[in-house]
Amino acid sequence: MISIQTLRCAVLSTALIALTATAALAQKKYDTGASDAEIRIGNILPYSGPASAYGVIGRIEAAYFKMLNEQGGINGRKINFISYDDGYSPAKAVEQARKLVESDEVLFIAGALGTPSNSAIQKYMNARKVPQLFAASGATKFGDYKTFPWTMGWQPAYQSEGRIYAAHLLREKPDAKIAVLYQNDDFGKDLLKGLKDGLGDNAAMIVAEDSYEVAEPSIDSHIVKLKSSGADALVSITTPKFAAQALKKAAELDWKPTYFQSNVASSVGGVLKPAGFAIAQGVLSANYAKDGADAQWDDDAGMKNFYGFLAKYAPDANRADGAVVYGYGHAQTVAQVLKQAGDNLTRDNIMKQAANLKDFAPDTLLPGITINTSASDFHPIEQLQMMRFEGETWQLFGPIVTAEIGG
Amino acid sequence: MSALQDLVTDVAAVPATPTKSLRLGMLASLAVLLLLLGAPLLLKSFVIFQITMVLIYAIAILGLNILTGGSGQVSLGHSAFYAIGAYSSAILIEHYDVHYGLTLPVAGVVCFAFGFLFGLPALRLSGVYLALATFALAIAMPQLLKLSVFERWTGGVQGLVVTKPDAPFGLPISQDVWLYGVTLAIALAVYLTAVNLLTSRSGRAMMAIRDNEIAACAMGVDVALYKTLAFGISAGITGVAGGLGAIAVQFVAPDSYTIQLAIALFVGMVVGGVGWLPGSLVGAGFIVFVPNLAEGISKGLSGAVFGVILILVIFLAPHGARQIATRVQHWMHRLRSK
Repeated sequence: MISIQTLRCAVLSTALIALTATAALAQKKYDTGASDAEIRIGNILPYSGPASAYGVIGRIEAAYFKMLNEQGGINGRKINFISYDDGYSPAKAVEQARKLVESDEVLFIAGALGTPSNSAIQKYMNARKVPQLFAASGATKFGDYKTFPWTMGWQPAYQSEGRIYAAHLLREKPDAKIAVLYQNDDFGKDLLKGLKDGLGDNAAMIVAEDSYEVAEPSIDSHIVKLKSSGADALVSITTPKFAAQALKKAAELDWKPTYFQSNVASSVGGVLKPAGFAIAQGVLSANYAKDGADAQWDDDAGMKNFYGFLAKYAPDANRADGAVVYGYGHAQTVAQVLKQAGDNLTRDNIMKQAANLKDFAPDTLLPGITINTSASDFHPIEQLQMMRFEGETWQLFGPIVTAEIGG
Repeated sequence: MSALQDLVTDVAAVPATPTKSLRLGMLASLAVLLLLLGAPLLLKSFVIFQITMVLIYAIAILGLNILTGGSGQVSLGHSAFYAIGAYSSAILIEHYDVHYGLTLPVAGVVCFAFGFLFGLPALRLSGVYLALATFALAIAMPQLLKLSVFERWTGGVQGLVVTKPDAPFGLPISQDVWLYGVTLAIALAVYLTAVNLLTSRSGRAMMAIRDNEIAACAMGVDVALYKTLAFGISAGITGVAGGLGAIAVQFVAPDSYTIQLAIALFVGMVVGGVGWLPGSLVGAGFIVFVPNLAEGISKGLSGAVFGVILILVIFLAPHGARQIATRVQHWMHRLRSK
C-alpha cells in the first residue's frame, strides 16, 4: 500500500514537472515540420534527366546534415533532410513541392535547383507561406522580397557577374570590340543582360552575339562566326562542356581575344584541364567560392574542414566538381539559419533569420566574401572577385566587387 | 522497327468487335467513376493534385491513342501539341484576361489546326519514318518557344506564371478540388466523345486504314482525309490536356515540354494498351506514380529502376493494361459459368 506521504510527493513532483514543461514550451515555438526532436527540411533536385549532374549537390547536402546529426544536431534537434527528384521538369517540381509541404510536412524547402523549377513552385510556396530558401539559381527574380517574401536565392545573380565583366572591360579595355557567345536559356540571357546593363551607353562595344542550344553537339561553327566579326574580346557565357569546346576552338583558329569565361564553367578540373592548360592561360573569370581542385587552398582552414568532411562523409565525391563545393556551402548556410532561429522554429522566424545573416562566411567562400541579408536584401551572396588563369590555378586579382542589382 | 509495327498490328489481331474492345464494361466504368468522384472526400489535397495530373495526362494519352490505336500512325511528338495547348491557355489567361474555361476549347482548336496541318506532310510518311518526323517536332518545340520573336507572349526562357482559378459562386471547396472536378468532367466528356468517334463511321474508316490501308482505299475510304483528320483530332485533345496542365501546374516554360514528355506519353499509351481507351488512365497513372516509386527504391538509379519496371511490364503484359483487363474478364466469366 502506498502511504499518503509518497502520494503527496508524487503529486507534487508531477505538478513540478508539468510546470517546468509548460515553462519550457512557452519558450519553444514550432510550426509544422519542427519539434523537440527533429527539423524536417525539403529539397528538390534533378537526380535524373538532362541536368542530373547537379544531383550530387543533394548527396553532399544530405551528407552534411548527417555529419551535423552525428555531432548532436542543431540546438539538440536532428535534421531530417528529405530530397526528391524532379528530373528538371517544372511540372514534376510542383508535384514534389506539394508532396514535401503537404505530405511530408517539412518546415521549409531549401535549395530547389534550376530557374524553371523554382519559378514553377514560387507562387505556391508564397501562397502557402512556406519558405523557399536559397533557391539554387542565379536568376535575379529570386531576390524579389516585395512580391515574393517567402523566396530567397543564394548564389550571386548572373546579372551581377555580367556587370562585373562589363566594369572590367570598361576599365581595362575601353576600346574593346566584344563578341558574346551565350547559352540560349535563362542563364545565358540573364548574364548577357547584366553585361549590357553594365556597359550602359557603351553597349555598342558588343559587335557580335551568338547563341547556342544545349542540345547542340558542338559549337565550333559559332566560334568561327564570332571570330570573323573582328572582335578582340570574347565573353563565353557557357556551361562546362561548351566552355571547353569554345576554348579549344578559339585556340585552334589562333584567335586570342581577351577571354571571359562565365563562372559556372570556370572549374579547373571540369573545364580548363580538359581544354588544355596551355590554351587557357590568361582567361578571365569571376568567382565567389574556392575551387576544390586548386592547390592554393590546401592550407586554408575552411577548405580543410571541407576536405575533412568529404573524406569521412562523401569519400567518393569529386572535390574538383563545383557542385560538391556548392552543396557544402549551401548546407552550411541552411544550418546557420537554423542555429540563429534557436527554439523559435516557426516559418515566419526562419524567413526572418534567413533575412538576418550578417557577415556569415561559409568555409567554401573566397576570403573576404561574406553572406549578408536584410529585410530588404534577399540576395545572400552579392560579391565576386575577378580572377585570371595562370599556370594551373586561378589567380585572384583586384578588389572584391559588390554588384548589387537594382530592383 | 518491328517492335513498333508489332504493337500496331497486334491491336488489329484482337478478334473482339471494336465497340467492346474500346471501353470498359458498364459495371467497371461505374466503379472507376465512383472512385474518381469520391476521391476528393478522402484524400489530401496534394494527392488530389497528383490525381488531377493523372487525369490530364490520361486525356493527352487518349489523344495519342486515337492516332496510334485508331488510325495506326505513330507519334513521338505529342509533347509539341501539349506545349501548344499549354501556351495557348497560358497566354490567353495571362495576357488577355480570358476566362480559363474558354481558353481550353481555344487550345483544342489551335492544336487541331496544327495537328491537321502537320498531318498533311505526314501523309507521305509511315511507320518509323513518321515516328522520326514527329520526333523532330518534339525536339524543335522547346527551342521554338524560346525564340525572341515570340518572347513578348511566351516569356521566352523564363516562361509564364499562370493564375489558378478559384471555385466559382463562392463554393466552399479548395482550388485543388475545383480544378479536379473540372478536369474530371472534361476527361469524361473527352472519353465519351472518343469512344463514340471510334465506333462511328469515321472511326471505322480510321481503323480500316490502320488494319489495311490498301483495302480501305479500295473500299472507298478517303485515306488522306481520315489520316489527317486523326492527326488533327488527336492533337486537339492533347492540346486541351496541355491547357489544363498549364492551369494545374500554374507555370509554363519551354523546359516543361521536352522530348521526355513525348516519350512519357508514348510509354503511357503502350503501358495502358495501344488502342484501348480506358488504358489511357492506367498509363497516365504509370507515368506519374512509377517514377516516384523508382525514386523511393534508389535515388541515384531511379532512371534504371524505372527502366527495369517498364521492361517487366512490357515482358509480362505486352499489351499493357488491356491484356490484364481481358484476362480478368475471362476469369470472371469462368467463375460465373461454374
